[in-house]
Amino acid sequence: MMTLDWTRQTLDNGLDVIVHEDHRCPIVAVNLWYHVGSRNESPGRTGLAHLFEHLMFEGSLHHDRNYFTPLQQAGGAVNGSTSCDRTNYWEVVPANALDLALWLESDRMGYLLPALTAEKFENQRDVVLNERRQQYENRPYGLALMALMAALFPPGHPYRWTTIGEVADIRAATLDDAHAFFRGWYHPGNASLTVAGDVETGAAIDAVRRHFEEIPAGPPPSRAAGAGPGRARADISPTDRGVEHHGAAGAGSGRAPADGPAEERKLLLEDRVELPRLYLAWRSPALFAEGDAGMDLLAHVLAGGKTSRLYRTLVRDRRIATDVSAAQSSREIGGWFCITATAAPGHGLDELDAAVGAELAALADDGPDAGELERALAQVEAQFVYGLQTVGGFHGRSDQLNAYNVYTGDPGFLDRDLARYRGVGVDDVRALAGRLAPDGRVALSIVPASGNGLALAGSAPAEVS
Amino acid sequence: MSPVDRTRLPAPGPAPAARFPAVALRRLSSGMALRAATHAGPPVVHWLLLWRAGTAADPADLPGLAALTGDLLDDGTEARSDLELHAALDRLGARLGVQVGADGTMVSLTTLERHAAEGLALLLEIVTRPRFADADFDRVRDLRRSRVRQLRTVPAAVAERVFLETLYAGHPYGHVGIGTDEALSRMSVDDVRRFHRERLRLDAATLVAAGPFPGAAFAEMAERALGASAPPPGPGAPAPPPDPGAPGPPPARLVLVDRPGAVQSALRIGHVAAPRRTAGYHALQVLNAVLGGQFVSRLNQSLREEKGYTYGVRTAFQFRRGPGPFVMQGSVQADATVEAVREGLDEMAGIGGPRPVTPGELDLARSSLTRGFARGFETAGQVARGVAHLVQYDLPDDEHDRFVPAVTAVDAAAVTAAAARQLRADRAVVVVVGPAAQIERGLGALPLGEPLRADVEVVAP
Repeated sequence: MMTLDWTRQTLDNGLDVIVHEDHRCPIVAVNLWYHVGSRNESPGRTGLAHLFEHLMFEGSLHHDRNYFTPLQQAGGAVNGSTSCDRTNYWEVVPANALDLALWLESDRMGYLLPALTAEKFENQRDVVLNERRQQYENRPYGLALMALMAALFPPGHPYRWTTIGEVADIRAATLDDAHAFFRGWYHPGNASLTVAGDVETGAAIDAVRRHFEEIPAGPPPSRAAGAGPGRARADISPTDRGVEHHGAAGAGSGRAPADGPAEERKLLLEDRVELPRLYLAWRSPALFAEGDAGMDLLAHVLAGGKTSRLYRTLVRDRRIATDVSAAQSSREIGGWFCITATAAPGHGLDELDAAVGAELAALADDGPDAGELERALAQVEAQFVYGLQTVGGFHGRSDQLNAYNVYTGDPGFLDRDLARYRGVGVDDVRALAGRLAPDGRVALSIVPASGNGLALAGSAPAEVS
Repeated sequence: MSPVDRTRLPAPGPAPAARFPAVALRRLSSGMALRAATHAGPPVVHWLLLWRAGTAADPADLPGLAALTGDLLDDGTEARSDLELHAALDRLGARLGVQVGADGTMVSLTTLERHAAEGLALLLEIVTRPRFADADFDRVRDLRRSRVRQLRTVPAAVAERVFLETLYAGHPYGHVGIGTDEALSRMSVDDVRRFHRERLRLDAATLVAAGPFPGAAFAEMAERALGASAPPPGPGAPAPPPDPGAPGPPPARLVLVDRPGAVQSALRIGHVAAPRRTAGYHALQVLNAVLGGQFVSRLNQSLREEKGYTYGVRTAFQFRRGPGPFVMQGSVQADATVEAVREGLDEMAGIGGPRPVTPGELDLARSSLTRGFARGFETAGQVARGVAHLVQYDLPDDEHDRFVPAVTAVDAAAVTAAAARQLRADRAVVVVVGPAAQIERGLGALPLGEPLRADVEVVAP
């Protein structure tokens, strides 16, 4: 259906270099992953990985000015993002500007700290606080993820906090923290660099060596508590490719969904919203772990499109909800599965919960029919192709090659990735649906101010800010 | 291997030449126009149907009708129930998209190369023979009313609505696509059927195809699919709605929507500006890039990168068939609201007067736009939308290939002239969605007159 040709070479300093040729459009993508994310932060300094990502655009020793100007000048696009497991940086430039992108990426990998000043740090801290206000605090339902993660994961688990971090921690972070973070994690041996597009493989590898070989290997990263092995596991699942700046986190230990809290936890959050919304969340398998692809297909059967079971029942037939979604969000050392539904005016969340519960029970008893599963698989397979139409950017081919390389050690994992979906049968989905029981789930009700009566009965206030 | 020279950045120079794909233009036997672009890429085909009737074609008393009609298209056809239709789409892994803009309606279908013909047949069935059942109408209308209600709590959505309602009061552009709760409450399925019958006729549509097929193969697929879907014949293609003219003056220059205790203010600052076919289009693109259209631009550099007041602000000339808005938008921390508004107005005034574009800014904007050209047409969907853009705005077939030379020819005098003509800080409307108690006094001190209070109305349930 789709192939992704690549060549990989590891430099002496440990940097993985992957090249993918595609000469159809005269552009080239540079995509650089550092295997560090918010799960490598320490309590009290949450949000540091993401704040640090911002600092990477503010200049390095040999180009001590912002990184956007020269890339804009070249006609390029540039961005970066942080998740719980990794931080990525990318440029998409005209084919003749490859050296510029490599020069900049190598300069900030090798020579960032001499240019990293208190003034830049303070400015970007303010920007990040405003990012947090815009994307979370001042957005309806914006604090849901924080409440869910804190309830799904026990103290000490690095997915307990979200990537954006706590306000107090962002305010408490220091320039020294940023310097230490760079020294600990930003090394060639903790990075994977993909060049994709209108380039010749040999020339591209030479260009990378010219720019990156001079950077010393640095000490091997000391994986923080809760962190997994070096290169293994991923954070990108086909139904949830958009975490990026939102810093979605995942759960657990890669075992079964039943690994969450032993009992149901019912939480309540008042927010500036018009309609109450219910979140039902369980711990679930890590990316590429047993059951991950099945949970993803289960999400499609439940809420992928207008023929899905929950959409039909809640939105189309009974009209008790305005929308419903389900997603398996698998991350490097755990995952979480969440069903979300917003109540239609005049309906409460207990009613939604009962309707969801009945559909889950039906799936757990009888499983999906073969047609449902085929359609879900067809959608997943098509989405792989659609997502790989671009050489660069978030989720393009260069990003996916790096994801596979960092999490599985195999940039060519695409075939196996698809195969694990094709191997899921109706009985697998039925069994997975059976794990979505009230025990071990977190049920979060977000309701309008003084609308507590619309929440699930017996909910206790969640503490988030 | 010699080490890299770190004393200077590589200077790549002009980008490799890139051309927009050739487009084969045909009139199909049904009267519909086909524009097919052969695009070498992954095995993906993008079909797109365009009508030049969008939210500006809403009846004056029924804002939201075009978008409601678009929303209902995929709820079943004469031949298939909604569930059968979506099951068929899902089996192809197809993505159906309905976009109802101010001047046009686009219904698109993305599918894999091997499903291209089946995908088109489904797309045509959807748009020519929608079911528009009473029960579906009732449900979808209610969902859209709930959506209006929910958008009252989304600061940027409130700002957008109030901005358009203020700039274009009483004008076809004076409402957001979803319309008002009150108008939705009065709509009937007959309104939808009529809008579809009159505005979304097949002989008034342009079919755009992009993907790895030659033009003749696209045409053959289209003829075959059209034959099967037997469009109702009509007398002559209906004319698109006339291009709206300029609206009258806005009722106020400062509009405040209270969001008590909000930590940020959502801003819209701007005014009615130029239509897409303005002679100064390319100069306005360069002007916008310098002012706020790119990351490195006057406003974003100041408000984000120097002051840290915001996650980002941007500006745009939102081109339309009639005069579209110029707008600066973003969210700023509440205590910086007044300063950000003042600075926005100040930069709008400065670039056409006391602080004209510098040679460095001009060079950065032009090279960014021209060298980044190829990047904009990498996927089949981007190419198809590029073709549709020409039809939507009556632009010549070589418009995309003219872009690079036309932007290159823009000089500083042209930017200054464009700013003087099309940026009018003295006429700008400022919409703020934020904590009134904290910001109203400061805003009132700006030379914008008395603040008008606004809100988003919904019908009592």
